[in-house]
Amino acid sequence: MTQENQGKTSQEMIRLVDIHKEFEGETVLNRINLSIAKNEFVTLLGPSGCGKTTTLRIIGGFEHPTSGDVMFDGQRINDIPAYQRKVNTVFQRYALFPHLNVYENIAFGLHIAKKDSKEIKAKVKASLDLVDMPGFEKRPIRSLSGGQQQRVAIARAVVNEPKVLLLDEPLAALDLKMRKEMQLELKNMQKQLGITFVFVTHDQEEALTMSDTVVVMKGGIIQQIGSPINIYNEPENVFVADFIGESIILEGRFLEDCLVEFAGRTFPCVDKGFIPGQPVDVVIRPEDVDISADPAAAMLQATVTSVVFKGVHYEMLAETDQGQEWMIHSTTMAPPGQIIGMSLKPDNIHLMKKEVQGT
Amino acid sequence: MKRNWSLYPYILWMVVFTIVPILMVLYYSLVEAGGGFSLTLSHYARVFEPLYLSVIWRSILLALVSTVICLLLGYPVAMILASSPAKQQFSLIVLFVVPMWMNFLARTYAWMSLLETNGIINTFLGFFGIEPLSMLYTSGAVVLGMVYNYLPFMVFPIFTVLRKLDPSLLEAAEDLGANPLKTFMKVIFPLSLPGVLSGITMVFMPAVTTFVISQLLGGGQFTLIGNLIQQQYLRTYDWGFGSSLSIILMIIILLSMGLISRSNTNEEGGIL
Ligand SMILES: Nc1ncnc2c1ncn2[C@@H]1O[C@H](COP(=O)(O)OP(=O)(O)OP(=O)(O)O)[C@@H](O)[C@H]1O
Ligand SMILES: [Mg+2]
Repeated sequence: MTQENQGKTSQEMIRLVDIHKEFEGETVLNRINLSIAKNEFVTLLGPSGCGKTTTLRIIGGFEHPTSGDVMFDGQRINDIPAYQRKVNTVFQRYALFPHLNVYENIAFGLHIAKKDSKEIKAKVKASLDLVDMPGFEKRPIRSLSGGQQQRVAIARAVVNEPKVLLLDEPLAALDLKMRKEMQLELKNMQKQLGITFVFVTHDQEEALTMSDTVVVMKGGIIQQIGSPINIYNEPENVFVADFIGESIILEGRFLEDCLVEFAGRTFPCVDKGFIPGQPVDVVIRPEDVDISADPAAAMLQATVTSVVFKGVHYEMLAETDQGQEWMIHSTTMAPPGQIIGMSLKPDNIHLMKKEVQGT
Repeated sequence: MKRNWSLYPYILWMVVFTIVPILMVLYYSLVEAGGGFSLTLSHYARVFEPLYLSVIWRSILLALVSTVICLLLGYPVAMILASSPAKQQFSLIVLFVVPMWMNFLARTYAWMSLLETNGIINTFLGFFGIEPLSMLYTSGAVVLGMVYNYLPFMVFPIFTVLRKLDPSLLEAAEDLGANPLKTFMKVIFPLSLPGVLSGITMVFMPAVTTFVISQLLGGGQFTLIGNLIQQQYLRTYDWGFGSSLSIILMIIILLSMGLISRSNTNEEGGIL
């Protein structure tokens, strides 16, 4: 699916062209360019305040870009009011109507669209089943828990079967089990109904498991667009590497093609094309560090300082003789105080151009 | 049982200035003229004479008309106030409130001099060769006086509710395809009902009891129940009849308030 999207064989649904957004002179979105294909599941991922909600609100029509164009199905929709856009939103703070009960909330959009009452009834029921809340029709909104309100908000949006569904952290209020279930439900629904999803989260695991495409943002700038595998394995900069999963980030120096120096010695790697002698950031995933009980035969030696059991693996911190702290994820455990050997395969060493301050 | 001592001064105040007077009025409405203790319903019987019924009917009608006009004018004003940015909001409210700082009588007299046959409006119209209109001493003038004086009582409760309305609800309605009119009908108006209902009560009550406005702007022609009561107490000294009229008026008000709060059971807050 990912290959398809990147090949742009599938039809384009939404395109943001050079979107710039300022609030009172403060730049919140900076040159956002994004193309979303029909039936694609795109996730906007980034730390709080990076502009995810604002991007979503621009697509929904609740916010107008300071400059740039919003294209929908090939049409420029900058001047189309929100109520005429074929888009529905699950709002970050639910925004359920307090004067209406669950049924009336979910039926709101269908009533506006003048569907007949039999059809409305059936659809509301189906959508309540979908969010695992059958029989809640008559309940006043005030009597629902946060998680139930969030699910009603999801039902209220999907019941309209829009071309595009915008979801702003729709699962944030749910417990882990319910969240996993809803993730599956949403994903199934997206495939079955053929709806394009634009999904916002700051949970990187959620982003990686659900999406066709992940858009990593920081400070109103897109850092990287790619498939989950691509984003995880080939982060384009230190920020993405650090934000997606855990990373060890070290200062290093590029020596020549496929050779880099860090942690006091040289390592073979697979990166090419930097200037010899150029300082680089070296990114290593904690699970890519191979540890052995035979320090002498390994590339590096370190002393284990702490061990935490994480369920599937152990998370260990180890200090090298140079005083650098490495995080290691491993299924074998070495107790604190033990000296271990650490080795790296060339393709697990990722070199990145040094971050320029201020971006 | 826990007692809240700080409530006692308030209770004392209520008893001395509200309960006792009401009991006295009730007493006068039920005894023969000249005092004593011989009970009678004759004062109440007089209230139902056609002459007085028509006065009561006219009072209710004019108060209703004024309340409706206040609502139609006041709602948009409240919406404009609520949707204006915080800084402007304050100056707009001040603009709106300043006339209220002027004495009620002075304001009403000001309208008299505007509406008179030789008044400011007619003089102005005269410049264009338009014959003087007789505007003062009409039911229109009375309604105008009521609307002018009581409009703020409609605007402020509605404004208060609208200001607290969560803007994301309007976005949600829009998101679900509702145009501005539908958003108003299905979300804004229903959610502002508590404000509307308390506005209606706060305008209807003074409007149905007023005697100053009808006296000054209505002249002799537009006797309302308020005038009638005032006459009984201050001119004909028929306290018995005046008291029974007062009690009837209280019942009318209580009934209409009950009706209003019944239609408001779903939403908390609101009435007064
Ligand atoms: N109406 C507004 N007026 C002024 N600043 C705003 C407004 N809306 C958003 N901002 C600012 O724009 C920036 C981006 O906000 P946005 O809501 O898009 O962040 P977000 O990525 O959704 O964050 P979160 O994960 O916390 O929801 C923030 O710094 C925020 O303070
Ligand atoms: Mg947000």
